[in-house]
Amino acid sequence: MKLAYWMYAGPAHIGTLRIASSFKNVHAIMHAPLGDDYFNVMRSMLERERNYTPVTTSVVDRNVLARGSQEKVVDNIIRKDKEEKPDLIVLTPTCTSSILQEDLNNFVERAQIDSKGDVMLADVNHYRANELQAADRTLHQIVEYYLKKAQKKGEIPEGKTEKPSVNIFGMTTLGFHNNHDCTELKRLMADLGIEVNEVIPEGASVHNLKNLPRAWFNLVPYREVGVMAAKYLQEQFAMPYIDITPMGIVETARCIRMIQKVLNEQGANVNYEDYIDNQTRFVSQAAWFSRSIDCQNLTGKKAVVFGDNTHAAALTKILAREMGIKVVLAGTYCKYDAEWFREQVGEYCDEILISEDNGEIGDAIARLEPSAIFGTQMERHVGKRLNIPCGVIAAPIHIQNFPVGYRPFVGYEGANQVVDLVYNSFTLGMEDHLLEIFGGHDTKEVIHKGISAESDLNWAKDAKAELNKVPGFVRGKVKRNTEKFARERGLSEITLEVMYAAKEAVGA
Amino acid sequence: MTVAEQPEALTFECETGNYHTFCPISCVAWLYQKIEDSFFLVIGTKTCGYFLQNAMGVMIFAEPRYAMAELEEGDISAQLNDYEELKRLCLQIKRDRNPSVIVWIGTCTTEIIKMDLEGLAPKLEGEIGIPIVVARANGLDYAFTQGEDTVLAAMAARCPNKIIESEKDERNPIQKLLNFGQKKEDTDQAESVFVDHPPLVLFGSLPDPVVTNLTLELKKQGIQVSGWLPAKRYTELPILEEGYYVSGVNPFLSRTASALMRRRKCKLIGAPFPIGPDGTRAWIEKICSVFGIEPKGLDEREAQIWQNLEDYLQLIRGKSVFFMGDNLLEISLARFLIRCGMTCPEIGIPYMDKRYQKAELDFLEKTCHEMGVSVPRIIEKPDNYNQLQRIHEIKPDLVITGMAHANPLEARGINTKWSVEFTFAQIHGFTNARDILELVTRPLRRNNNLKDLGWDKLVAEEAQV
Repeated sequence: MKLAYWMYAGPAHIGTLRIASSFKNVHAIMHAPLGDDYFNVMRSMLERERNYTPVTTSVVDRNVLARGSQEKVVDNIIRKDKEEKPDLIVLTPTCTSSILQEDLNNFVERAQIDSKGDVMLADVNHYRANELQAADRTLHQIVEYYLKKAQKKGEIPEGKTEKPSVNIFGMTTLGFHNNHDCTELKRLMADLGIEVNEVIPEGASVHNLKNLPRAWFNLVPYREVGVMAAKYLQEQFAMPYIDITPMGIVETARCIRMIQKVLNEQGANVNYEDYIDNQTRFVSQAAWFSRSIDCQNLTGKKAVVFGDNTHAAALTKILAREMGIKVVLAGTYCKYDAEWFREQVGEYCDEILISEDNGEIGDAIARLEPSAIFGTQMERHVGKRLNIPCGVIAAPIHIQNFPVGYRPFVGYEGANQVVDLVYNSFTLGMEDHLLEIFGGHDTKEVIHKGISAESDLNWAKDAKAELNKVPGFVRGKVKRNTEKFARERGLSEITLEVMYAAKEAVGA
Repeated sequence: MTVAEQPEALTFECETGNYHTFCPISCVAWLYQKIEDSFFLVIGTKTCGYFLQNAMGVMIFAEPRYAMAELEEGDISAQLNDYEELKRLCLQIKRDRNPSVIVWIGTCTTEIIKMDLEGLAPKLEGEIGIPIVVARANGLDYAFTQGEDTVLAAMAARCPNKIIESEKDERNPIQKLLNFGQKKEDTDQAESVFVDHPPLVLFGSLPDPVVTNLTLELKKQGIQVSGWLPAKRYTELPILEEGYYVSGVNPFLSRTASALMRRRKCKLIGAPFPIGPDGTRAWIEKICSVFGIEPKGLDEREAQIWQNLEDYLQLIRGKSVFFMGDNLLEISLARFLIRCGMTCPEIGIPYMDKRYQKAELDFLEKTCHEMGVSVPRIIEKPDNYNQLQRIHEIKPDLVITGMAHANPLEARGINTKWSVEFTFAQIHGFTNARDILELVTRPLRRNNNLKDLGWDKLVAEEAQV
């Protein structure tokens, strides 16, 4: 048992659901107790999704506990198959159902007989894998399933596309800025004259998976999701994959040069050096920013970076290598993949922290007193408490991290966005600091009579106590409305009764 | 005149139970705030933790007095000793927070692996010297607000019996501190405004301002509230003796009600719940009638409230409301909204205790007849998929639903109100009737502002259900 207040990566089934619901026309059925379908709320709220989330629950209740699911799961699968006609139904176990040890595979086989669509059991151990590992695994599982199926039927198209082409792996629902990143990568590929063959899983149809081998190579921008599927394609179809995250100017160039190498090995004869040079020096603002006086002021400032592997590693490199900022600590919560992280950031930071315990990270931040933090929402709140600005760079994230405007993190536009994020975090901190030195804002004092909070009315003790229970941000309004009510009626003392009467009258 | 029609009676149906609701462990979110000296330990898995973390939003960053005891593979396969593990965590909690009570929330996993929390608690309680209350608020048995019911039912057993005279001064030290300097005569005088009636204890967790408000409403009728279950602090749980009267303020407290009746031998006053001015009045009248008191001034009071609501009532009169059902407040809210002039084709509800809610159900039926509208169909354990088909068919003016369906419905041009807000907003008593309508009318007011823009359906046609 572990005492835990907060977790960075969610439970395994969330990862499976993120993959399943990213595909078009794929439905997930959770084998779970009532209330475990919280995923639907998150997707509907955070992504502001217009469509019903294609996830339902085959509810595990007392009866199931006593007698087993029996026909229930099978019936639910067949019912969903009829109602929504999905291409694929993914039966998703949860931590609860996995200790019941029901033969879910058997249910899937039985349901398959009567279903028009395909039925599959997500093969994930809930006590060993977290959300990210499960997502990687489920994507691999679905890709493998459909490629094997196509192989058996002889439906895999022969040969490669005429022009160089790419599959982009790992774009998922509820991924940090994934949809913007996807648009940016497509633009980048268009600039490089590379056709995008398939993007998976976001928006993809399972019917198209058989076309995956037609691409010249696979691009896996995120360390967490897509590597397993890319490796599978490499083994089975000898497709090369590139797992360099094009985040930051230097890494983007490295990624593009690797693409150049992979394509030229297949006889494309491309040279992207001019493109890289032009983008770096004139189109993107990030390289120029590093030379500008603004950035000079950041030299040697201390920062702490914490997040998932992809974003924490990329940000550490950008800060240290492209902006001259001193990264005193870089950390990740991807404990299962710690080796990779150490290797990536080893030379760019003073200290490495691999931990899933938010208390440990909070303590480290308090000890190091950086000028800025780049982390998850949890680190943002640590920053609030310690008065240190924080830029959010990785999940777990809130609704404000699903911006409507265009905010990629990858590619050349992504580099611009990261510059703004970093610079705004530091200047905010500077401004605060200067204000303190010069005695702070003076606007808390009342200047205009109009917003004065003073009054000539007498508040009874109990009413005053009641007023103090009103949340701070509306207390002033409640007070003013109540006093207005009292004045209009010529009451000089405000008692509890007067307060309630005022509320009833005006909704104070 | 045509043949006198027999007024229709309420009908109850039961669907598949495939619906969306919050897990009952969410009750820790409001209960840890209500019971200020408590600590809630949820014994479950990452799934439970993930839900709480996301559902509680920013509260999670405020050093909440709740934590997960996250079960690991060793716990599931009994390689680790439950007692030792729980002792280790509870000692850590005692050291860091020193609460007056630790509430263990049992989850689906503890049920399945049959962890004997009720058996372990008294033993550990003796060893570490902090009361441990066990509530099995799991998704196998309960929905959302029923979580509070399981906690309060467990707390009911901890309420002190007859108070020992020597302890009288020691109880409530804080209260004593607050009364500092107040003369004894003042207190006596204050008590004399009350009619002589047997002690009354109310149950249900409400924000403190609402507690003060309802207590004051009863005081106006000369009724003294001897205590609330729960109180602000665990150490202030009310005294419960055999023969005390109890009354519930929320519709989802049926287990607590039966615990109070069967185990504490209290008498339950079954009344409609004080939600909406009509409900509040009926609630007060019922309590008065039990104590043989003639209620004073309720007519004018209720009329006054309705009059103040007129601007909101104009917006909803004649409109229809559909409850998908997830928090058990549905019957009371529907009854209030029908009294406001709305129609209601369907009330979905997770669980319907017809005995505990009897007075409320009768009141609903009566309200429908008085307002001349047909009674709603009440659907227990609804099936969300079927409900969506019905919603798209009858196109209600407002759907009260969970967040999973709200945005998709809005994108299809159907107004929604997020049901969970009714659980956290102050909706009890005369004073808060406006707050309920503020919530109910918000989508309608918003749409009045946007109505001429011509983009009420924002989803491609083929994507319809």
